[in-house]
This record gives sequence, structure tokens and C-alpha cells, in this order.
Amino acid sequence: MPAAAKTARRVVLYEGAGSQPLEAAQRRQLLALLLDRGYTVSRVRPDGEVSEHGGDDLVVLGRFDTPVSELANSSFNGQDAGALNLRDISSATPEEAVAMVEEVTQSSGEQPEYWKPWFPVIDYDRCTNCMQCLSFCLFDVYGVTQDGQITVRNETNCKTDCPACSRVCPEVAILFPKYKAGPINGDEISEDDLRREAMKVDISSLLGGDIYSMLRDRNAKAKSRFSKERDDERALKERQRCLKKLSQQMEGLDIPAEALANLPSADEIQFKAAQAKKLADSALAKNRADAPPSE
Amino acid sequence: MASPRILYCRCAYAKVVPQAVKDGVLEGLSESETAFDAVADLCQMSAAKDPALQRLSKQSGLKIAACYPRAVKWLFAAANAPLQDDTQIVNMRTLSAEQSCQQLLGGACPSAEAPTDDAPQTLED
Ligand code: SF4
Ligand code: SF4
Repeated sequence: MPAAAKTARRVVLYEGAGSQPLEAAQRRQLLALLLDRGYTVSRVRPDGEVSEHGGDDLVVLGRFDTPVSELANSSFNGQDAGALNLRDISSATPEEAVAMVEEVTQSSGEQPEYWKPWFPVIDYDRCTNCMQCLSFCLFDVYGVTQDGQITVRNETNCKTDCPACSRVCPEVAILFPKYKAGPINGDEISEDDLRREAMKVDISSLLGGDIYSMLRDRNAKAKSRFSKERDDERALKERQRCLKKLSQQMEGLDIPAEALANLPSADEIQFKAAQAKKLADSALAKNRADAPPSE
Repeated sequence: MASPRILYCRCAYAKVVPQAVKDGVLEGLSESETAFDAVADLCQMSAAKDPALQRLSKQSGLKIAACYPRAVKWLFAAANAPLQDDTQIVNMRTLSAEQSCQQLLGGACPSAEAPTDDAPQTLED
């Protein structure tokens, strides 16, 4: 299963009835350790309760001064306290408390996997459903919903740190929340940003046309040059050199070298681009057919 | 539950929120008497369509300490968990730890020296 399909594992820091509060410094250290390991943590105070956990893998930590069997189920939102993974951390350091949590989650097979969550997020207040992003992306990140709306379908296919499709969007509607600069990171869109959009070269056709055909030509040249020796390694080097050059030409697009180096072969690019265009065209045609007639 | 509803995002898988700010805000929350939820990375949860986001998004008066309001709004929407209009977003990418704590906790903020004029942005703004 891809990492992105995993739900967060949840820890409750229980400082409610029947449990003593932690020292502030210990609480902060424990929270930071758990969060940095990918856990979701809820701090429960005496006036609160453990909210319904919806089947999450829940571990409840506390400095319990009441035997677990006597803890009121009402503090646990009617859930049977005995059925939750309660752990007493009265004499544990934050590291030891984390080890107790990991023991539970390891035995349930829930292990975090590292994946930098990098994927496009669509601002539907701005999106006009033009499908340019769908036509542009070669990695099947975008799709179309049953009712003809553009959507992000395969988040984990997105190339880490590559914001290229956001540059293609004519409406500045594609965000990458972890991008370094606005408006792609979700910052407000300024007049300058909009002016830039209006003046922007049609990158879609640039990348969909010129650059891909440049790639193809380059590849063809490389092929004939190496046809005798069929030296894969040298061919790869040539492709990388060509991609590096393209990347320099596309300065400002901020496409990372890894993303360029991982582009499919020129033939595959042509094939994927044609497929994506077909999908976009059919979605657009369907949307036009479904639209109410203009008066 | 009477406590303010606060959600803190650790932005664990990238360095876009300054470390000092996210540590300072976590310290402020830890020192306060407030109940809160804290998540490792809202982006990761959105990509995973984590059902916990639906539980969180249904709370009215929720304050979220994360990044740009437009990004947070659409991350929740992408996980089929649209936020309530009165949700307030505290942007730790642009605010200091003190300002963020002040916006989250108001007078209950342990490290706040003086109240700031800036109110957190709601999604209606
Ligand atoms: S390119 Fe932008 S406006 Fe067009 S469908 Fe994609 S997100 Fe929407
Ligand atoms: S929502 Fe913002 S602060 Fe949270 S993980 Fe994503 S980019 Fe980081």
C-alpha cells in the first residue's frame, strides 16, 4: 500500500479524571517526539473526554492514579477503557513513553513510511476546469470525476519538489503547500501574479510540444550515434545531459533534475501525452454537452 | 467540551514552517491548560484522505495552526472534509511563535507579553 494511503496513528495524552497532568517540559518533549514520528496526538484535559476514534489504532498515555479497570468509561466517550491500549507513563521518560507506543503500533503492524507529501492541491474557487493540468502531467496525477470535474487522483505519483503543473494552470489554481514561495504555496495571489499569468508563454504547448519533440530529436540523434555500440550507459548519460540543458532553458520553472531525469522515454512521453490529451478532450466534450444551452 | 478547539500541524515532513516557530507554538500549547489536537503533517493526512480530518473539520470555532489559509482550506476539501466557515487559520509560515500562540490561545497564552491586534483569519475573510 502506498504510504499516502495510510491513516495517522493516534495517541491520546490523557490528563483527565483519574490521571495526573505531566510537567509542561515533559509534555512538550513527548508531543514533539510523537509528532516527529508521524503520530496524531490529542491532549485531553479534566473537562474533556477521548473523542470517538473511529477504529484508529489508539494508544492512551497517562499518569494514572486510578486502576485502569476503575477508570470511568464516560471519560472515554463510552468506549470500554479496558479495550483501549492504556499505558501508564508515571515513571517513564518521554523516550520510554514513545517506546511504549511503538511497542503497541509495531505489534499491530502499523509502521510509518517516509514520504514527503508533495502533490498538487486544487483551489476550486479559482479553477475553471480547463483540463490543462490533466493534459500536461505525464504521471497520471490528475483525473476526472464522474461528474466531469478535474481532480487529483494519484498524489504519490507526483514528482517530489516539482511544481511544473502549477505553472501551466492559467488560473493560478494549483497549490503545492510545501513549495517555498507564493502564490504556489497558498499565499494570496497578487496583481503581479495575475499579470504574470496573462503574459506567460503557453508552457503547456511548450512542454507538450517543443520540448518533447526536442527530446525526441535528441534521443533519435543519440540513438544513431550509439546505434553501433548500443551503449546503454552512454545513452543514459546523453539523455541526462540533454535534460540538464533543457532544465537550464526552463530556468524559472523550478523543475528538479530528478524529475527531469525520471521522465519516461521520448516515445512513452508521446504516448502518455496523447492519452492525457484524449482524456482531457473527452471530459471537456462531455462537460460542453452537459452544459445548459446558452440563451 | 468547553475547551477551545485547537489543531496544531507539525509539518513534520518538510521544513516550510520555521523550526523555532513550530517549537515555540508547541511549547505555548504544552504550557497552557488547553486541550488540543496535534497532527504530524496535514498534507500527508490529506493525501491519505484520513478520516480523522472529517472528525476535525466538523468542529465549529476550530483554530488551526499550520500554514497559508488557502492551502489548509483546500487540503481539507481534497480529503472530503470541508472546513466550517468560522474556522480560523493561524499561519506559522508568516507569524512568530508568540503571535501564533496569541492568536490560538488569546489571554491563556503563557508566553504572550501583550495582546496583538491581528486576529486569525477565518475562511470567511
Ligand atoms: S489547469 Fe488550473 S484551471 Fe485548468 S483544470 Fe487544472 S487546476 Fe483547473
Ligand atoms: S498543512 Fe501546511 S503546515 Fe501542515 S504539513 Fe502541509 S504545508 Fe506543512
